[in-house]
Amino acid sequence: MIENLQQLEKNALAEIQAATNESEIIAIRTKYLGRKGLITQLLRDIAKVPQEQRPLFGKRCNDVKELLTSRIEEVLRLQSGQNAEEALLKEKIDVTLPGRAVKYGRTHPVTQVAQEICSIFSSFGFSVVEGPEVELDYYNFEALNIPKDHPARDMQDTFYIEENIVLRTHTSPVQVRVMEKVKPPVRILSPGRVYRRDSDVSHTPMFHQIEGLLVDQGITFGDLKGILAVFLKIIFGQETKIRFRPSFFPFTEPSAEVDICCVICKGEGCRVCKQSGWLEILGSGMVDPAVFKYVGYDSEKYTGFAFGLGLERIAMLKYGVSDIRLFFENDFRFLRQF
Amino acid sequence: MLVSLKWLKDYVNISLKAEKLAERMTMSGLEVEAIKEIVPAFTGVVTAKIISVKPHPNADNLSLCEVTDGAKKYPVVCGAKNIKAGDIVPLAKVGATIPGGYVIKEARLRGELSEGMLCSEAELEIGDDASGIMQLSHGFKLGLPLEKALDLKDTVLDINVTPNRADCLSMLGIAREAAALTNKKIKIPEIRIKENDQSIKRLTSVKIMDPELCPRYTARMIKNVTIGPSPVWLKTRLEAAGMRAINNVVDVTNFVMLEMGQPLHAFDFRFLEKGRIIVRKSKKDEEFVSLDGKSRKLTDDTLLICDGVKPIAIGGIMGGLNSEVKEDTSTILLESAYFNPQSIRRSARKLGMPTDAAFRFERGVDPEGVVRALNRAAQLIADLSGGSVCRGYIDEYPQKIKTVKNIKLRLTRVHQITGTKIPTAEILKILRSLEMKVNAAGKGVYRVKPPSFRMDLTREIDLIEEIIRIYGYKRVPETLPDISITETRHNYQDMEKRLRNVMNGMGFSEVINYSFIAPSSLDNVLLPTDDKRRNVVAISNPLTEEQSIMRPTLLVGLLDTLKKNINNGYGNLKIFELGRAFIHRQKGKLPEEKNFCAALMSGAKTDDLWGLKTPTDFFDLKGCLENLFFDLKISNIKFAASPSEPFLHPGKSCTVFSGEIPLGCMGVIHPQIMAKLDLKQDACFFEINTDLIAQASKTVVNYADFSRFPAINRDVAFVLDKKIEADYIINIISNLNEDLLENVVIFDIYEGKGIPEGTKSIGFRFSYRSAQRTLTDSQAGEVHERIIRNIVDLTKAKIRGENKQEE
Repeated sequence: MIENLQQLEKNALAEIQAATNESEIIAIRTKYLGRKGLITQLLRDIAKVPQEQRPLFGKRCNDVKELLTSRIEEVLRLQSGQNAEEALLKEKIDVTLPGRAVKYGRTHPVTQVAQEICSIFSSFGFSVVEGPEVELDYYNFEALNIPKDHPARDMQDTFYIEENIVLRTHTSPVQVRVMEKVKPPVRILSPGRVYRRDSDVSHTPMFHQIEGLLVDQGITFGDLKGILAVFLKIIFGQETKIRFRPSFFPFTEPSAEVDICCVICKGEGCRVCKQSGWLEILGSGMVDPAVFKYVGYDSEKYTGFAFGLGLERIAMLKYGVSDIRLFFENDFRFLRQF
Repeated sequence: MLVSLKWLKDYVNISLKAEKLAERMTMSGLEVEAIKEIVPAFTGVVTAKIISVKPHPNADNLSLCEVTDGAKKYPVVCGAKNIKAGDIVPLAKVGATIPGGYVIKEARLRGELSEGMLCSEAELEIGDDASGIMQLSHGFKLGLPLEKALDLKDTVLDINVTPNRADCLSMLGIAREAAALTNKKIKIPEIRIKENDQSIKRLTSVKIMDPELCPRYTARMIKNVTIGPSPVWLKTRLEAAGMRAINNVVDVTNFVMLEMGQPLHAFDFRFLEKGRIIVRKSKKDEEFVSLDGKSRKLTDDTLLICDGVKPIAIGGIMGGLNSEVKEDTSTILLESAYFNPQSIRRSARKLGMPTDAAFRFERGVDPEGVVRALNRAAQLIADLSGGSVCRGYIDEYPQKIKTVKNIKLRLTRVHQITGTKIPTAEILKILRSLEMKVNAAGKGVYRVKPPSFRMDLTREIDLIEEIIRIYGYKRVPETLPDISITETRHNYQDMEKRLRNVMNGMGFSEVINYSFIAPSSLDNVLLPTDDKRRNVVAISNPLTEEQSIMRPTLLVGLLDTLKKNINNGYGNLKIFELGRAFIHRQKGKLPEEKNFCAALMSGAKTDDLWGLKTPTDFFDLKGCLENLFFDLKISNIKFAASPSEPFLHPGKSCTVFSGEIPLGCMGVIHPQIMAKLDLKQDACFFEINTDLIAQASKTVVNYADFSRFPAINRDVAFVLDKKIEADYIINIISNLNEDLLENVVIFDIYEGKGIPEGTKSIGFRFSYRSAQRTLTDSQAGEVHERIIRNIVDLTKAKIRGENKQEE
């Protein structure tokens, strides 16, 4: 009888192994473990086993029964899992179809540049202030040491509203407005729209500038160089070569034009840098004592520097835009790239 | 300023290459914007000698020449009459190119072989003379390339002279800079005048009526001049400087202006009635025809140079046609004067005459160079036109011209500004190299006197700039200032940043439109003539009518952007702009500038979303606005159907309030506007005042504990008069101030079949919740009944359906 049991176990395991689907397994279970199954029958025939072997036989039968039961359950569990997966796979979607979220809008590239610059200078302790776009001649010119009938007015073609009211040609008047109100130290940054009567491939009648001003005791031309160099390296990269060269602005003295090594040709000379290898990037200088006089600062005690830069120019260089007019055409084919 | 290096070398011995010199100049403040090579417009032309000239056998107008370049003889057929054996002429050999792109080939002209071409000045574009073959000096070696023989190659620096450097609007000024930068001395041209024995003072006189505008007027007279073309050396110099050669007198005045920076004028003395000069202001509406042939009506403040009767020049700007030097001019009255810079500038601008002379006078010429330039020009005119200079000169100098003064320079101040210790010896050397007189005036203090032509140097700071620019900005070490930490707060900018983030997140892209618009665009957006925004800020000198007023609303630009993008095939647009609108206040006052955020939404809800193509409507944009207020923490927002804006759909628009303060408007753009723009789709728009938003926006969050007990929801649909607004019912509810009512929302709106005409059904979901306990049905029911009763009483609503829900 024991031999029969061993044979039975062997056969059953082989059959379970060979079964390919759920119904075959269930058939195997019925065949061996069912009420009229082979193992059940063997147990029922225990009377035929000699008395002294019965406990052992009984135990062996139960062992086999347990083994088969657990093996069958395991296979069944596996099988049903597979079926569920198959069912889920039937729900397969095309994951390459586009997502349904509202498409994110873009911030205008000029604004992006302004934000970047403001955040750099904010970290240096500069406060952002704004001033009027329609400005008094006094603030736009006179208090910046540009008297009426002075040739320096030629540097900026001006839109007039009335004889003494202009569209500001630069953000510099904000300097004066702030210094009129605040005693030194002053550290401000002023972004905004400016207007010049000029329209061609490289000029739009409106564009954006950022003005910076730092006034305190002991501020030197070396500091001007230092801060602007740090700033330009953040914007254009640590490796950027920078040069300061003398220039003229009526409201600063000494004045410096700041160039960076051409980002297009790396200084080799190209169309963008007019073969010079350098790009004019901002104007700067030590605040002219005449301006301090207008706002009532003691120029013997305080010194300071100011700088101004065109945001479109920076954006053009940063993003490789070759036509400034694109910034104001608001064509989506342009805007969505930023 | 165009600076010919060849010309520059007349005054300073420069050994540097053009590029190197340009860099030095740029790095010391004279920015060289371009370096141009001047090459002749021909190649392959050499000096040649005519051996013989014979008549052409088959053509009367041609002759047969034999010429040699020293190595070989060539037969050349020529049509000019001014040649004879022995002449030295330019020969364009076979293969040569001459201006106009012609290539010289071997040819037979009327049967005779011609191996080259003899050229005129005009044919080679060396000069204007086209009357015959160019005659060259007999001193030339034969076979020499013509450009070498005539020294025609040159390099020209295009220098951007800043407005403060009037002295650098001359070759000598540039030469001085170059000399200072390269440690060289400059050579000032020597002036020798041979005067005849006729004194100018007996021939003419000068009277200055307005010394304020003309502090100094000097004149010389040159007699018996012969007007003709200038020599090539003079022409090439003028041309290198971008000027056209005219004749040997006018060219000299231009040459001396370029050389010394002093503009001059030559009058034909025979046209000067009464033979004298009177300098006076113009009378109102006085007319005058200038050299350019244009007649101009003058105002009463233009300085005129007149003879005894009539004006003959606009002082410092342009001469007159009536006294112009002509081919048969024989007596020249030469003017060299100092005019008031501001006055010249005003007049030149008013008259629209930005001449080379005006450009220099308005920047200020060297007061001490007036006579020097007069003498230099007189000498050159005499030299080149065979005239003789009358004895002496007139120098009317009624008013002292402001000139350079001594300036105190403190070494401590140099250090305070530059932040670098420049050795005293170097400072002194720099100043002296710029021709300043420097004397010690105490410990660390110097008395500095700039040269007369440096009118821009009046203060200590000007000297410091001179020192540091020559010392080199490059040599100043970069430092970082030792500054204290200060508080920086940017409420407005922070608000703008958040606003942009929210708008971006909701799919809106930022645009930037011009602040100026066309006046007609306000009609296009249906703005009534009595609207406050019709008080526009108008530009008095606009570039175009299209950009002639400052926008009073951002709408115009956004519509324009929509239209352009639809034309480009982008019809699903969500755009916004942050910027200012301008409203005129009163004359002489600055206008009101308000900051706005405006948005425009048109087309499908989402761009190329598969499946969903629903167009956006009022409520999509309203939702965006609500999100905006939510993020900026602005509470008690109200949307009220009136007042409404004229450019919005009267039935689909509202004013947005925060409490009682109107923040702006929103709604569907008026269909008439869209029709006028030829747009087939609707668009929704809002414009809110961001100055007010910044004030209303809260940055502080007050957290309130929330209830952890379950809520009881009740849904009720009311059928009521269509005209009753949802807000009216919400107000009824909130006025009851029921503590247990946590929230009420609208979940359904219905009109049409099943309910009476003129009514609508609104479904509300009421949520009841207690902070202390789990509500029972009856507790919620009691409050609910009270609310429903109130609504029904006040609106005469019928209850359409009711539903209980528990969370």
